[in-house]
Amino acid sequence: MSEQLTGAQALIRALEHAGVDTVFGIPGGAILPAYDPMLDSTQIRHILVRHEQGAGHAAQGYASATGKTGVCMATSGPGATNLVTPIADAYMDSVPLVAITGQVASAAIGTDAFQEADIRGITMPITKHNFLVNDPNDIASTIAEAFHIASTGRPGPVLVDVTKDAMQAKVDFVWPTELSLPGYRPVTRPHPKQVREAARLIAAAQKPVLYVGGGVIRAKASAELKQLAELLGIPVVTTLMARGALPDTHELHFGMPGMHGSVSAVGALQRSDLLICLGARFDDRVTGKLESFAPEAKVIHADIDPAEIGKNRVTDVPIVGDCKEVITDLIAALQTEIAANGRTPDYSAWRGLLDSVKKKYPLGYDEPEDGSLSPQYVIQRIGQIAGPDAIYTSGVGQHQMWAAHYLPFEKPLHWLNSGGLGTMGYAVPAAMGAKVARPDKTVWAIDGDGCFQMTNQELVTCALEGIPIKVAVINNQSLGMVRQWQTLFYDKRYSNTDLHSAQIPDFAKLAEAMGGVGLRCSDKESVDATIDKAMSVTDQPVVVDFVVHRDAMVWPMVAAGTSNDDIQIARDMAPNWDSED
Amino acid sequence: MTKHTLSILVENKHGVLARVAALISRRGFNIDSLAVGPTEHPEVSRMTIAVSVDEQPLEQITKQLNKLVNVIKIVELEPAATVQRELLLVKVKADTLTRGQVLETVQLFRAKVVDVAPDAITIEATGNPDKLEAMLRVLEPFGVRELVQSGMVAIGRGSRSISDRTLRPVPVPPPHVASGSPTLQARPANAPATPAGVHPNHPVPAPPPGHRPAAPARQG
Repeated sequence: MSEQLTGAQALIRALEHAGVDTVFGIPGGAILPAYDPMLDSTQIRHILVRHEQGAGHAAQGYASATGKTGVCMATSGPGATNLVTPIADAYMDSVPLVAITGQVASAAIGTDAFQEADIRGITMPITKHNFLVNDPNDIASTIAEAFHIASTGRPGPVLVDVTKDAMQAKVDFVWPTELSLPGYRPVTRPHPKQVREAARLIAAAQKPVLYVGGGVIRAKASAELKQLAELLGIPVVTTLMARGALPDTHELHFGMPGMHGSVSAVGALQRSDLLICLGARFDDRVTGKLESFAPEAKVIHADIDPAEIGKNRVTDVPIVGDCKEVITDLIAALQTEIAANGRTPDYSAWRGLLDSVKKKYPLGYDEPEDGSLSPQYVIQRIGQIAGPDAIYTSGVGQHQMWAAHYLPFEKPLHWLNSGGLGTMGYAVPAAMGAKVARPDKTVWAIDGDGCFQMTNQELVTCALEGIPIKVAVINNQSLGMVRQWQTLFYDKRYSNTDLHSAQIPDFAKLAEAMGGVGLRCSDKESVDATIDKAMSVTDQPVVVDFVVHRDAMVWPMVAAGTSNDDIQIARDMAPNWDSED
Repeated sequence: MTKHTLSILVENKHGVLARVAALISRRGFNIDSLAVGPTEHPEVSRMTIAVSVDEQPLEQITKQLNKLVNVIKIVELEPAATVQRELLLVKVKADTLTRGQVLETVQLFRAKVVDVAPDAITIEATGNPDKLEAMLRVLEPFGVRELVQSGMVAIGRGSRSISDRTLRPVPVPPPHVASGSPTLQARPANAPATPAGVHPNHPVPAPPPGHRPAAPARQG
C-alpha cells in the first residue's frame, strides 16, 4: 500500500517515520520544496536558526544530551558548506547526526550552477557516510538508512543531499522494512574469548586503571561502569568526552587525564601496569608523547570501532564491541575468574598511592593578586549553584578546561563539548539544542569571549523560539589558551590574541539587543548574586559577562610534544611523585 | 615497505571509487596500481589495489576501508596463492630493419601485435607485473614511442571464491520508532502507522502487519 506524494512530502514523512521531532535549519533555494510540507508536519518542530553552523551544533547538542539522533537542514552551496564544521565536529566526537541538504536540480549538477557545491564530495572525509539522492523513489529508503547508520555502531554524522527535482517529482511513498546495507554490520557483541582474556589480565594486574572515554557515554553504560569499578576497586579516570560517566565524587574516580589533566589521573595512567581502555582512543591530548605514555602498562582496549584498536598504541587484548555489552560481559567474566582463582585481587596499595597523589595535588588555582575576578572561581560557583542536574556546554579553550575540572560531573549526558575537533563557538548553539531536547533542565553554556563572538547569533533564535539558555561569558579579553601558549612558549609576544572585549562589544547590551537578559559581573562579591539572578530568569536567554583576570592559566599542563611524566602543576613546578608524606 | 595486493568487494554505486581512493590518500599512502570492474554479481564491483606499505599501517588502512559503508569485504591476496595480471599496450619503433627482432620479442613473451605501421608496431601483452617489466626491458632499445598499462587484477588460486558469502540476505531492522517528547502533538489520524521498532543492535524480524497497533506506536 502506498500513497502518491511529492519527493519533498516523502522526505518529511520519512523524517517523521524515523522518529524526528526537531529539525534545526534554514531554508533556501534548493531545499525550498522540503520546507513547504514541513509547515504541515505536526510531529516535527522546525527551529529557524540564524546560521547553518548553529543548526549543526544545535543538532549535536540535542543528540549529546539525549543519545537520540540530531537533525539539521540547509540549502545547497553555502548553506551546506556552513554545515561542514559541525559535521566534522560530530565525526570526531561520534555524535549521531543526520544533515539534510538541498542540491541543485540533477540536470544542473556539474555546471557550476547558482549555489552549487559538491557537498557529498566535500563531506566524504568527515561523515560516517553520505548520500546524493536524485531519484525520488530513493528518498524514504535513504532517510531510513541514514538514521540507521548515524545511530548504530560507532555513532556519527550522515549527510543526505537531495536534488531539487527529486523533491518536486511525484513518488509512491514506501517506508522500507528492510535496508540494503551489505557493507555495514557493526559488531556490538564482544568476543567471549577476548573478554575472558581481559578478565585474566585484570585479575593478574597489580595497578590497573579504567581509562574511560566517550564511548561509555554514547553506549549509556555508566551504571555498568560503576559496577565494574566497584567490583574490584579499580581506579577510574574519565577523559574530556567521558566526564560524568562515573561521578566525580566517587572514591574510585581520579579525575581527567591529558594535557590539562589532574596529576592523579595522569599519574594513574603513567604508573599503571594495565590500562583497561573503554571507548577511548588514545588521543594525543591524552597520551602526550606516545612513546612514553603509560610505559609499564599492558593494554586491554575495548571499542565499537575496530579501527581505533591498535591505531596509536599496541594492544594486548583487543575487544570489539559496544561498551555496555563489553562491561556487562567483563563483570561476569571477572566473577568467574575470581571464583576459579579462589581469591579477589587486592589493589588497595595501588589505590592508596593514587589517593595520596590526589590528596597532595588537588585541583586548585591562585586568586589573582590584583583583586580581579578568578575565572575558575566563577565556573566553580556556577557549578555549585546550578548543581549536577544542570546540563553544561562549553566552547574550546581555557574556559573549557576549567569547566572540565570545576563543574560537578555526576551524571552522563550532562557535559557537552567539542573534544576532538576543538570547535570554538560550539557552546551557545549546542546549549540551544540541549535545551530543546531537555526543556526540563537548566542549561548553562560556559563560553569564552572569543568563542561567544563566533556563534552568539543563535541567542536571537533562543529568544524567539522560547529556548531560555544561560550563557556565562568567561571574559578574559583575549584568546586565552593561545595567549597562555604565547606566555609560556613565545616569550610573551602576544600576537593577535587581544580581543579588547572588556569594552567592545558590550556583551550585556548585545544580549539585550538579541532579546535576552544581559548581566555583567567583575568582582568576587557579586558572583553569587549574579548567578542567582541568571538562574531566576526562566523565560528568556541570559548572558552574563564575567570580566575575569586575563592572565589566569590552565594548570596542570603537559606541554605539547612532551611526556606525561613532565606534567607541571604550575609554571616550572613538577609534582614530586615519590615522596610518601 | 612491502607490496600488498588488496581485493575489495564494493557496492556498485556512484562515488565508491572516490571514497576508497580518497581514504587511502588521506591516511598518507600511495596507490601503486588500481583496477576496478564488475563481478559475477551485478550489484558488486571488485577493486584490486596494490600498495607499498608496512604491516601495521596496512592493518589500519584495511580497518578504515572496512568502515566505508559501501565496502563489503576486503581480502589481502598472498602473491604465492594468487594469479596476477596486467594488460599492456606498447607502441615500439620498428622499421624494415628491426621489425623481425621486435616480432621475435613478441613471440618470446607470448604477446601479440595488434597494429602495424611502416615505422612502428603496437603490441598487446598480458601477464604478471614482472613479466611485463621484463618484456619492456627487451623492447626499450628499439624505442618505445607510447605505453599504456592497466591496473593489476588478481584472483586467488583454487576453487574458493572471496565473494561466496557476500550477498547473503542482511537482516537490517527498520530504524527507531518515533519517540518524540511527550509534549508534542500526536500524529494526525491520516498519517500511516510507524513500523514496529526494534533495537538497532539486535536485529529481529519485524512482526507481521497484523500485529501492528492501529494507532501510531510511540515509545515514551
